[in-house]
Amino acid sequence: MPLKDDHTITADTFLAGIWKENPVFVMLLGMCPVLAVTNSVINALAMGIATTFVLLCSSSLISLLRNLIPKEVRIATYIVIIATFVTITDYVIQAISLELYNALGAFIQLIVVNCMILGRAEAYASKNRLLKTITNSLGMGIGFSIALLCLGSVRELLGNGSLLGYSIFGDAFQPWVVMVLPPGGFIVLGAWLLLFNWIKERSAKTTSEALVTQKEFSNAR
Amino acid sequence: MIELRTSPHMKASLSLPQIMRHVVYAIIPICLFAVYQFGISALALIIVVTLSCLLTELLFNNLSNKSTSKKNSLSDYTALITGLLLALTLPPGFPLWMGAIAGFIAIAMGKTLFGGLGFNLFNPALLGRAFVQAAFPVAITSWTPAGLTERFTQFIPSSLTLPFTIPVSMDGFSGATPLALQKFEATNTPVSNLFMGFTSGSIGETSTLLILLCGAYLIVRGIMGWRIPLAIIIAVILTSGIFFIFDKSYPSPFFMLTSGGLMLGALFMATDPVSAPVTPAGMWIFGLLIGVMTIIIRLFGGLPEGIMYAILFANASVPLIEAVSQPRKFGFVKEKVKKKEAQ
Repeated sequence: MPLKDDHTITADTFLAGIWKENPVFVMLLGMCPVLAVTNSVINALAMGIATTFVLLCSSSLISLLRNLIPKEVRIATYIVIIATFVTITDYVIQAISLELYNALGAFIQLIVVNCMILGRAEAYASKNRLLKTITNSLGMGIGFSIALLCLGSVRELLGNGSLLGYSIFGDAFQPWVVMVLPPGGFIVLGAWLLLFNWIKERSAKTTSEALVTQKEFSNAR
Repeated sequence: MIELRTSPHMKASLSLPQIMRHVVYAIIPICLFAVYQFGISALALIIVVTLSCLLTELLFNNLSNKSTSKKNSLSDYTALITGLLLALTLPPGFPLWMGAIAGFIAIAMGKTLFGGLGFNLFNPALLGRAFVQAAFPVAITSWTPAGLTERFTQFIPSSLTLPFTIPVSMDGFSGATPLALQKFEATNTPVSNLFMGFTSGSIGETSTLLILLCGAYLIVRGIMGWRIPLAIIIAVILTSGIFFIFDKSYPSPFFMLTSGGLMLGALFMATDPVSAPVTPAGMWIFGLLIGVMTIIIRLFGGLPEGIMYAILFANASVPLIEAVSQPRKFGFVKEKVKKKEAQ
């Protein structure tokens, strides 16, 4: 290996997935479930948990097997490993709640092609030790779930006037039908991206201004 | 320094605010007729939607720090026009709070997020209407008959719905549009009524005659191109004519021309200089596409009216249309012709 592995686990290993490298809001990965199943909070939550489970299990296994997997067939191997855990998830959700299973539809099986999971396997699990991979994957999974919940709550609140099925605004509320339809997914995702980029730009501006004032201060000294 | 002088016969071209002011003049008669027909509900709707558009524009101006500089985009009247046109496409009893949301979406999503005036892909007014059509499908298809006797003294009940609540039922106030009557109940409205505008419908779309006159004013002043409206009208006549000739149960071309928002769309929406093509041949293709799509949506779609989606669809295809309709450069000879001449 050309680079020596850095095995230390810092807080950043975990937090990267939640804020700095958030799979949805920063890396824009796994857009298919993000847009398709976030029309209610419960769907978003189920999808988030399912994806986190698959991500955690598959990247741990890949991390354990990273020295055994031949480089030429690594993608195929990753897919087989991911598909195993997706099948498990698929059956477990069917057993727990058939209603939820029908609501999520083909998107549970489609976790297998979620590029966030494959991306983690390729970019992280295949290069890092087990514990570090687990920490990072957990952060990524939680970040993904938070993003799904962000979309799901706004869409359910506006499109149905409820959260987790409980009515929030009462019976007189006029639902915005568009929000639970596909266009609503794109509009809400766009709005969240706008908000995130705006916050980031502002914080970048304040840090650069702080650096400038620090420099001036040290120059003046 | 050398002072350069222009010849006395040079004519100054109109500036953007001047052009837009003439468009406002042309829209005002349509607004007045809308108020005459649908009363104070229509007046309140026009005011609320326009104010919502102007305030949104102001908000985004402030966010992008344009308000202090010369680039203040409120002064060029385009947000005003978007607001007026959007209000004219809404039904008279449309709840005012929904109108305010339509105005916000039209300017925020339809215009400023693309980068402001000149950068938007879609007609902002129609984008706002498409949003409320998808968000509040019941409210936007609740029509009120024109010319109610009490229209100047009391509001249509659904207009004054509290924000974010379901509008009251329209029973006793409802009156289907000529297009809906034709599509769902096979009842034809006399064409003379359609032409003069004494029918129910969106507040500004009813009078074909008035819209044609206002559009003609803009065309005569050279502010609006004649190609797009003419192409739309030709395409509508041809497409609906083909169906009408073979099967008389389809509505006649003249009914298609005078009903619904077709005239308002053809003259004031499709001709939006930002979202329409700039090449002359492209304008013809654009207009023909809108006309054909409108008739297809009207006859075979789920909704009775199709002009809005037809224009938005054509807006989306403008880059393709412009790519295939580039005019020949002056003095430029095609390679094939060159080869032939060489032989």
